[in-house]
Amino acid sequence: MTTETLIWLIPLPPVLAFFLIILFTNRNKALSHTVAVGAAFLSWLGAMIVFVRAIGTPDLGKTPFGSSVNWIPTADTWLKVGVQIDPLGAVVLFFVAWTILMIFIYSVGYNNFGQPKGDHDHPGLPPHGATDEHGHAVPSVEPMYSRFFAFISLFAFGMFTLVLSDNLLTLFAGWEIMGLCSYLLIGFWYAKESARNAAVKAFMTTRVGDVFMLLGIAFLYSATGSLSYHDIFQPQVLHALASVPTPIFGLSAAGLIGLLLFIGTVGKSAQFPLHVWLPDAMEGPTPVSAMIHAATMVSAGVYMIIRMFPLISLDPKTMTVIAFIGTFTAIFAATIAVAQNDIKRVLAYSTISQLGFMIAALGVGAYVAAAFHLVTHAFFKALLFLGSGSVIHGMEHGVLYTGDHRVDPQNMFNMGGLRRKMPITFWTFLIGGFALSGFPLLTAGFWSKDEILADAFSNGHLIVFITLAVAAFLTAFYTMRQITLTFLGEPRAREAEYAHETPWTMTAPLVLLAGFAICAGWVGIPQDFLGLHLNPSWFHEFVGSTLAVMPEATPFSWVAFGTSLLVALGGLFFGWLVYRNVAAPEQDKLQIPLLKNKYYLDEIYNFLLIKPSYWFAKTVVYQWMDKGLIDGILHFFGKAANAIGSVVRKYIDLWFINRTVGDGTAHVTQWVGRNLRPIQSGRIQQYMLVSLIVLLAIVGLLYYLLVIV
Amino acid sequence: MIPLSWFLILSAALFSIGLFGVLSRRNAVAILLGIELMLNAANINLVSFWRYGDISLMAGQVFAIIVFAVAASEVAVGLALVISVYRRRNTVIADELDLLKW
Amino acid sequence: MTAMQIFFLITGLVILGSALMVVTTRNLIHAALWLIVTLFGVAVLYAILNASFLAVVQVVVYIGAIAILFIFAVMLTRKEMRDRGPQLNKGWWLNAIIALLTFGGLFWMLQSWNGFSKTAADFPSGYDAVGQLGRALISPDAFVLPFEVASVLLLAALVGAVYIAFNRK
Repeated sequence: MTTETLIWLIPLPPVLAFFLIILFTNRNKALSHTVAVGAAFLSWLGAMIVFVRAIGTPDLGKTPFGSSVNWIPTADTWLKVGVQIDPLGAVVLFFVAWTILMIFIYSVGYNNFGQPKGDHDHPGLPPHGATDEHGHAVPSVEPMYSRFFAFISLFAFGMFTLVLSDNLLTLFAGWEIMGLCSYLLIGFWYAKESARNAAVKAFMTTRVGDVFMLLGIAFLYSATGSLSYHDIFQPQVLHALASVPTPIFGLSAAGLIGLLLFIGTVGKSAQFPLHVWLPDAMEGPTPVSAMIHAATMVSAGVYMIIRMFPLISLDPKTMTVIAFIGTFTAIFAATIAVAQNDIKRVLAYSTISQLGFMIAALGVGAYVAAAFHLVTHAFFKALLFLGSGSVIHGMEHGVLYTGDHRVDPQNMFNMGGLRRKMPITFWTFLIGGFALSGFPLLTAGFWSKDEILADAFSNGHLIVFITLAVAAFLTAFYTMRQITLTFLGEPRAREAEYAHETPWTMTAPLVLLAGFAICAGWVGIPQDFLGLHLNPSWFHEFVGSTLAVMPEATPFSWVAFGTSLLVALGGLFFGWLVYRNVAAPEQDKLQIPLLKNKYYLDEIYNFLLIKPSYWFAKTVVYQWMDKGLIDGILHFFGKAANAIGSVVRKYIDLWFINRTVGDGTAHVTQWVGRNLRPIQSGRIQQYMLVSLIVLLAIVGLLYYLLVIV
Repeated sequence: MIPLSWFLILSAALFSIGLFGVLSRRNAVAILLGIELMLNAANINLVSFWRYGDISLMAGQVFAIIVFAVAASEVAVGLALVISVYRRRNTVIADELDLLKW
Repeated sequence: MTAMQIFFLITGLVILGSALMVVTTRNLIHAALWLIVTLFGVAVLYAILNASFLAVVQVVVYIGAIAILFIFAVMLTRKEMRDRGPQLNKGWWLNAIIALLTFGGLFWMLQSWNGFSKTAADFPSGYDAVGQLGRALISPDAFVLPFEVASVLLLAALVGAVYIAFNRK
């Protein structure tokens, strides 16, 4: 099978799985997850074959795999849509396929397949425990099991579509499908009000970004007449876009388009100020958090902006904005993460922060570094989220055992000592945490983060460099805080004592992802690392060839290397040091209200934006315009028609027509009949008289007419 | 010497008187009397036209004879009817014989 | 004014006068008798017109049969010997007007005919008017058919009258 055909077929199994599960296998849990995991496996297989072929193809950047078809006719041209795999696409496809497959397998165990049905379980609420035949409380299977797999299959379809497309139209289509699925999945437990609100919040916030992105796409289309990357990135097109000025902020057309597209990324990848949805999105099941908020959806935002790099790099103002937002988000989110107590919230803010790193890297022009960090981050963040899910499952087991349902199984201060109870989870989580912190040499995160810092430093963006370094320190700090509170020390609650390891369907993906978290970084070791003369970084050579002009490899900088070493190890050490003796929130000095409450941003948004919108919708639009004006007009028409009708009825119909035409004809006929009747009196003399008179009259008339005239 | 017009005027007058009698008399027999007068007037007309026209044309007299026959039969039947009605309804006043009405 | 004219005028007056009496007398027997007078006058008129046969037939048939028949009918239909009540209808004046109008109309139509005032031709002497009449009545190319039909009519009238007036007891 040719590579092009294979690429077209990759998104197909998940969407087929979606329809099959929804239409046919909904009632059968085993069949549903088999269909879903099978589909993910098929897509993974296709992706791996394509990846292998891709890395074996020289000059893939100049001649990517791909084909396109005519889609929308526009006068005498066609808008073409199609698929494309160039180096960037190949590496992104690689991690997307792997993480999706791991998450699908993990979901089988996470949703407690094989467990009995719950005692009071209700579709729309998280499973709450069942009683087995011995009277013990055991975890219960998720009531909406098949629906979960249908939704994540649809989600996988959206992500594959986005990664494989060769034009902005199908990219946007995949983008929006994922937006829909994030709504469906965050609000998966729809009976919980907090989940419903979080789903709406996620959708609305990303929608704000999507509107601007659509504006950007429209502007791009009207300026260039095409949406496919091949046509847009032609040098003359880029040059034309860069030289046309727009009246907004003095940006060139390229800059404005880039800025608009970037706002889409701000929404989708949860950058400041549109980051507010991501922490609330932790309401969804943990595989969803892993999928959406680590591996795929938020990566899509960064992927898109990396893809558009040739366009956005044309205008320095846009690049500055991008760099600023990325850097600010990185430090902003890191400071909040330090004060969170929910195990998933820490990871959520960590995701926001790391995405800020990638975007900042892109803003300073570090194309390859941003892509590298995207790939490695996907692996270890997915690992961390799945690991946290495993921890939560263990804690829930303890909650079921003790029967005290007021204990929050996600609060880190209820955990502790879990390294003994859940060893596989502990070691894999540790590897992931170290990768996130940038533990030197052994973990993937080190190589990618170091490259970002090196790039920032050597290109002279010192503010960015310093801020990112501080953020890296905080990253390591809160990661170690998390690991210490969760796994090290002694259990702080009875529930933690009764936790135990999760089944293989959950721990096997953790192990696989941990392997990637270690090894994935070694493909990107810089050529002149530590002054040694190594082979050129494969990743740099491969991904860098996507651009028209291969970017230069960053020269090795001892300052940058030293800084990243310092912040990583320092942060880890301090985190362990401070938190090994902290047993309760009261002892945690970093529980500053400002940080804990996320700088009160949600409250500010509510006051500034949400409440006025509601007021506007409720009062202005609903009461004044809809009910008052439009309904008023309609009621007026109704009343007017009614009035006209009754006037017509009273004055014309009843008075005139009934009386005159209706009753009138009857009366006239009766009157005529009544008055003509006596003519027939039965008296012959009268008959004779009448006939004589008439005869005389007729004779006279005839005589007059015939003789005289 | 006697102009035709005298005969014709006479018959017209007799006819009119007979007409008056027919229209005005209450008794049914009297009405039949009036009819007789009218028939006679017609006869006078016929005969005078025979006399004052071509005498060899006997049509005038023949018609008058036919009128005689008709008048006789009509009177016979008419009076038979009146007698029969009188026996039934005990009246000969024409106005009271008004059953064929609305 | 010749003698014939005077004679005619007297006859005319008698006719018209007795006709008026016919239509106005209260007593029906009197009306029938006045009718006889009128019929006599008409017979005289026929004689003036040289229609001798008709004059005789008038007397025999009309007076001898019809007028007698009238008298019989009057007698058979009287509730009592005297007539009571008015004998003319209400509104007889309208009928009078109509009669006058009729007369007027007839007169006016006749006088516009140009043969209105012609005089009679002399009656050829020795002309057998009766014989001619007889021949006309029975000759096939003259008027035998109407003659025979008239006799059938009389038969029908006879049968009908008998049947209608038959008194089934």
